[in-house]
Amino acid sequence: MLSAESLALIDKEVAKYPSEHKQSAVMSALRIAQVELGWLSRDAIEYVANYLEMPAIAAYEVATFYNMYDLAPVGRNKVTLCTNLPCQLQGADKIAEHLQARLGIGFGETTADGRYTLKEGECMGACGHGPLCLHNNHKMHANLTPEAVDKLLDEMK
Amino acid sequence: MSLNAPNHKVCTWTLDYDNPASLATYTANGGYEALRKILSEKTPAEDIIAQVKTSALRGRGGAGFPTGLKWSFMPRAFPGDKYVVCNTDEGEPGTFKDRDILMFNPHQLIEGMIIAGYTLGAKAGYNYIHGEIFEQYESWQQALDEARTAGFLGRNILGSGWDFDLHAHHGYGAYICGEETALLESIEGKKGQPRFKPPFPASFGLYGKPTTINNTETLASIPWIMRHGGQAFLELGKPNNGGSKLFSVSGHVNKPGNYEIPLGTPFADLLEMAGGVRKGHQLKAVIPGGSSAPVLTAEAMMACTMDFDSISKAGSMLGSGAVIVMDDSVCMVKALERLSYFYFEESCGQCTPCREGTGWLYRIVHRIESGRGRPEDLDELLRIGKNIAGNTICALGEAAVGPVASFVKHFRKEFEYHIEHKRCMVGV
Repeated sequence: MLSAESLALIDKEVAKYPSEHKQSAVMSALRIAQVELGWLSRDAIEYVANYLEMPAIAAYEVATFYNMYDLAPVGRNKVTLCTNLPCQLQGADKIAEHLQARLGIGFGETTADGRYTLKEGECMGACGHGPLCLHNNHKMHANLTPEAVDKLLDEMK
Repeated sequence: MSLNAPNHKVCTWTLDYDNPASLATYTANGGYEALRKILSEKTPAEDIIAQVKTSALRGRGGAGFPTGLKWSFMPRAFPGDKYVVCNTDEGEPGTFKDRDILMFNPHQLIEGMIIAGYTLGAKAGYNYIHGEIFEQYESWQQALDEARTAGFLGRNILGSGWDFDLHAHHGYGAYICGEETALLESIEGKKGQPRFKPPFPASFGLYGKPTTINNTETLASIPWIMRHGGQAFLELGKPNNGGSKLFSVSGHVNKPGNYEIPLGTPFADLLEMAGGVRKGHQLKAVIPGGSSAPVLTAEAMMACTMDFDSISKAGSMLGSGAVIVMDDSVCMVKALERLSYFYFEESCGQCTPCREGTGWLYRIVHRIESGRGRPEDLDELLRIGKNIAGNTICALGEAAVGPVASFVKHFRKEFEYHIEHKRCMVGV
C-alpha cells in the first residue's frame, strides 16, 4: 500500500526508539502514510499497524485522537487557519471571512473541484506572527493579509 | 554576544549572527564548551545539580517548578534505562518562544539535553515537538545530525567513553500532550491521555523507566549556567526567580514577538519593547502567562514586574511567559468564548468533569455572546468551574476554569451588559 520511499522513512522513525517499542513510531508512520495517500482510510491505518506489529485498534485510537490526521478525503490543498485568541486579536476573523468568501466554502468543507479544503485550527505556537495558517499540515504561512491569502491560494495547484 | 561572557540573552544571543542556527556560530562563541569541560573533568552529577539549584532556574514551560529540585528526584544510581525528555509541545495560546529556540539556537538546546542526560544517568533523550511546527522538527533533526557528526552525540562522546543519543518526536495536533505524562504516552505511540500521579515520571516515566521532563527554554539555559555558574544566573534575575526569561508578546501591540529580559523587569518596560499598544487605544487587559493564566486588568498589570512571584501575588501566574495584550476594542465575552472553545476542543475526554464541564462552560459563554444569556448564567459558570477544578487527573480542567473565573471576576459588568442588552457594550 505504501511506496518503498515511505517505508524507508518509517524505518528511519522506528530506529529512533528501543527495538521493543516500535509502536512509538506510529504517529510518524501515520503522518508519512497520510502524505503519500492524501488521507487515512481504515485500510491505511491497519496497514501501518501491521507494519509496526501493533494492534490495529491502537493505531486507530491514535489516528482519531490527534487532529492533524484526516480520516476522510480532503482537497489537494488543506488550509488550516488558526482562529485562537492571539490570532483573533491580530485579525484572524477577517482572514477567515476572506478565505470563506473567496473559496465559497465554510470551515470543514472542500471545494467542488477538490482543490481546496478549509479547516479551523487551534494554536500553532507562532502567535506573534499571526494571523497564520498551515498548508497541508507542514508548511506555515504567517502574517496573513487578504492580499497575501489571494496570492497563496493562486499558487496552490 | 556569545556564551563566553555572562549576559542576559541566555537563549537568544545567537540572533546577533548571520547564521544563528549553525553549529559553526555556536562553537565559535563558546558553544559545547560546558559539555567538553564536564566530560573531561568528569564533573560529579551532584555538583551539576547543585549549580542548577543555586541558579534558581524554574521551569519555563508553565508550572515554574525548580529545575534543580526536579533533577534531584531522579534515581540516578538506579540500574537500567533512564530518559531525558524535552517538552517542545508548545501549544498554549500565546506561547511561541520554544519555536524560536529551535529555529535560532538549536545547539544550545542539544547541549543542554546532553548535559541533562549525563547528569541524570540517561541513555537517550527525546524532544517532543509540537505538531504544527513541522519545519522546526525537520531543522532541529538536521542540527542533531550535525552534532552527531561533530562527536557530541552517539558513542564515546568526545572520547569520554560515555554514550548518549537524542531524537526528535513529532506530535500531530493535541494540546494535551504538553502535559508531561500525556506527552510520555504519546511518545509511546498512544493517545495522549495524562497518567494518574503518583507514580511520578522520575520513578515511572517513558516505557516505565525513570524519566525527567523539562521545557525547551529550561534545558537551553543549562549550558549558560554551567559556563558561568548558578550564582551568575541567579543574579541575572531576582531571588527565587533566577535568570532571564523569554516573553512571547502577542495581541494588540505594535511589535509582537519574543523578548528575553531578566526576571523582575517591570511589565511597563516589556510593553514598551513590544512597541506599546496600538495608536489611539488604551490597554484594557493582559493575560500574563498563556491562555490558562487568569486575566489581569491593565491597572493590576502595570503594577507588576515580570517574574513568578510578582505575577502570582497579583492573582495570576507567569506560566509559559506568554503575554496576550488586549486593548479597549476587545469584547471580553467574545475573547473568553474563543478560549473556552479551545479547552472544550482540547479536553482529552478522560475525566468526566473536564470532558463535560468544558463543553458546558463553552456553551454558556457562547450563548451570552450570542445574546441568549440568562441572568443566572454567571453564577452557573462559577459553579461549574468549582466542580471541574480539583476533580480531574491533570491540570487542563483548572486551565479551562482559570480564564472563565477571572474574566467574570474582573469584567463582570461586561458580561451582565451582554445578558441584559443582548449585545456588547464595547464601542457603544
